[in-house]
Amino acid sequence: MVQLTLPKNSRMGKGKVWPKPEGATNLREYRIYRWSPDDGRNPRVDTYYVDQDDCGPMVLDALIYIKNSVDPTLTFRRSCREGICGSCAMNIDGTNTLACTKGSDEVSGEIVKIYPLPHMPVVKDLVPDLTRFYTQHRSIEPYLKTSTPAPEKEWLQSREDREKLDGLYECILCACCSTSCPSYWWNGDRYLGPAILLQAYRWLIDSRDEATGERLDNLEDPFRLYRCHTIMNCTQTCPKGLNPAKAIAEIKKMMIERRV
Amino acid sequence: MANASNKANRPLSPHLQVYKLIITMMMSIIHRITGAGLYFGTVLMVFWLACAAAGPEWYAFANEVFGSLLGRLVLFGFTWALVHHMFGGLRHFIWDFGYGLAKETSTFMARATVVASVSVTVILWIIGYMVR
Repeated sequence: MVQLTLPKNSRMGKGKVWPKPEGATNLREYRIYRWSPDDGRNPRVDTYYVDQDDCGPMVLDALIYIKNSVDPTLTFRRSCREGICGSCAMNIDGTNTLACTKGSDEVSGEIVKIYPLPHMPVVKDLVPDLTRFYTQHRSIEPYLKTSTPAPEKEWLQSREDREKLDGLYECILCACCSTSCPSYWWNGDRYLGPAILLQAYRWLIDSRDEATGERLDNLEDPFRLYRCHTIMNCTQTCPKGLNPAKAIAEIKKMMIERRV
Repeated sequence: MANASNKANRPLSPHLQVYKLIITMMMSIIHRITGAGLYFGTVLMVFWLACAAAGPEWYAFANEVFGSLLGRLVLFGFTWALVHHMFGGLRHFIWDFGYGLAKETSTFMARATVVASVSVTVILWIIGYMVR
């Protein structure tokens, strides 16, 4: 359902302004979403100052700087720090991206604003609950399905068929695209969202997969697939430069082509 | 940790409140608004036709309403909504064939839609006044 405003318990209040680090000359202001399950308060936006001379170039470096030297209670996910694990996906400067590959200097304004991935239940601070996202991923059966007997060695694929997976296999399931999509915001309980549909297409066009018909049957639904209205936020925001909107359009084409 | 499993109280993270207004998203919103506007415009069309059918006095009345400054402004808006929605529809038509979905292309098409809809609307009105 479309709900333009936030529920009462989710409205953000003014937060704390943390002290500036002493002796720093190159300060940058960060405003970061905070919410803790332990104090019974509404979410708020805290202000931090980061000494950019004492900190790496990426937004993730600034978050780690804050956690290490200003406020150890700041909570966020991170792991690989090189854009391959997808853990540090969050809303930075109004769009979803990975904190580890987004340079602080890429944020044009004075202040770097950081929120959790949009329209998700918050576990704490910048950590969203991705349970539903993973359940939806499981629902498209993201693995090779075959009915013919397995070959003695491996399932072979021509170079041309392998090339069809380029731009799809690189998806790291960071959920940036799905949580940027207004359709997913309003109908995320039934619409699969761009990331999961891109994954679905990755198996649909795999020449080795033999369950194409079943997979299409599973997606043939006014909500699961057809809530995509080509808003294009997914493709605009993907930190890996992939094109979920194109993948969805290709699935819609497959739906029509199999009928004619 | 005591409350970590208490999922019921989890707040919803901000969405429209914080998301940057990207032109492709704006065009999607405007496509919907103009689409809804066309319903209203159709009512105006029906009003005009009904007045034409009702007799010369009613027809003169309708012309007076539409000829007023406010009436012309509304008709200008209706023209723009129609033209904009048409260009938006063409954009969707291209997308449905799997083309024009790259980031740069869709951004360009979104900008082009605005430029085209505004200029075509203005041109239509200039022609309208010239042939009067």
